[in-house]
Amino acid sequence: MESADQIRQYMEEVFDPEVPVLTIVDLGVLRNVEVIGDKCKITITPTYSGCPAMKTIEDDIIILLKEKGIDNVEVELVLAPAWTTDWLSEKGRIKLKEYGIAPPENEVDKSVLFAEPTIVPCPRCDSRDTKLISQFGSTACKAHYQCKTCLEPFDYFKCLK
Amino acid sequence: MNSLFEYLVRLGDDSLILGHRLSEWCGHGPILEEDIAMTNISLDLIGQATTFLEHAGKVEGKGRSEDDLAFLRYQKDYKNLLLVERPNGDFGVTMMRQFLFDAFRKPLFERLVNSKDEQLSAIAAKSLKETTYHLRHSSEWVIRLGDGTEESHQRVQDALDELWKYTAEMFVEDEVNQNLTENGIIPSMEGLKEEWNATVTSVLDQATLTIPTNNWEQHGGRNGKHSEHLGFILTELQYMQRAYPGMEW
Repeated sequence: MESADQIRQYMEEVFDPEVPVLTIVDLGVLRNVEVIGDKCKITITPTYSGCPAMKTIEDDIIILLKEKGIDNVEVELVLAPAWTTDWLSEKGRIKLKEYGIAPPENEVDKSVLFAEPTIVPCPRCDSRDTKLISQFGSTACKAHYQCKTCLEPFDYFKCLK
Repeated sequence: MNSLFEYLVRLGDDSLILGHRLSEWCGHGPILEEDIAMTNISLDLIGQATTFLEHAGKVEGKGRSEDDLAFLRYQKDYKNLLLVERPNGDFGVTMMRQFLFDAFRKPLFERLVNSKDEQLSAIAAKSLKETTYHLRHSSEWVIRLGDGTEESHQRVQDALDELWKYTAEMFVEDEVNQNLTENGIIPSMEGLKEEWNATVTSVLDQATLTIPTNNWEQHGGRNGKHSEHLGFILTELQYMQRAYPGMEW
């Protein structure tokens, strides 16, 4: 059996099915890797309660480890402590932006229709002149923005603390 | 009676039924962004329902899963508030129903974070973050519609008048709550109604809406006495498992 550190490295090969540039390590979805005797226990946490990607992630972990020759795997889903965008790695933020999704600003979004929404720079042209279209985007973890300079519509990975 | 099981089922059923109601808007929203918003919120609620009911099943200890509880219970065993089974009506009715509910859920979860039951506390902490977004969304729509055109104002005022009688049920303290509070499993709910009142008064005031003076209270859901609407919801929700028991795909 490989060491927990080795298995943790394998986890860099498990991608989020909805944002396929990010691994579960980048996202902070992977919480723990433990080797207990001849069993490997992986702990993961969902970004949002209803995140439909969790089952796929669990399956992907089991399939990947099977390919690596590890059959005795348990995947545990925990809710506490609750996931926050603070756990998104620096590497993950860069990958998100390159993929065209604005990474979370360090500020919880305050408004839906009124007041000033968080300023989110355009991932394509870096303009700060962007507008919030909707607090709810293509998945639970994203909001929908548009750049007023280059007109690019883009997803914003919204801040959750 | 197992009070914790009963309490978790109430929380789970509120989430499940309201989540189902919102999912009925899928493809019918007034604008694309709102269609997506309502189904996003629906997804959060159904996700919460999954965790509450999964935990309820474990607490009960009879081997029932969250799916068993959602798909194989009859109407009288559902313990959701009557408010959440109210029909969607127009967009104004849906937003008003959502607002009255979100304004209750946020302070409720803020208290339940301190529950001595670790899993309940974890679910509350997780759900609280989502509920904060939901409340912001529904509050701002209530204000926009109430303080909007004559037509939109009248429609949300009618919605408020219609839904008001279902709000008192949110604050009922019966032996289930009392047992859990006495045993220190859930914290005291003191001040919950006052906090809800403050949010509701502030938002309705900005929305130029009038709080109904008729204080008739309609209860029933918490005791399994539902309106005819729940039957139709369950017919759709449970169809597959009733028609093809144990079906999986």
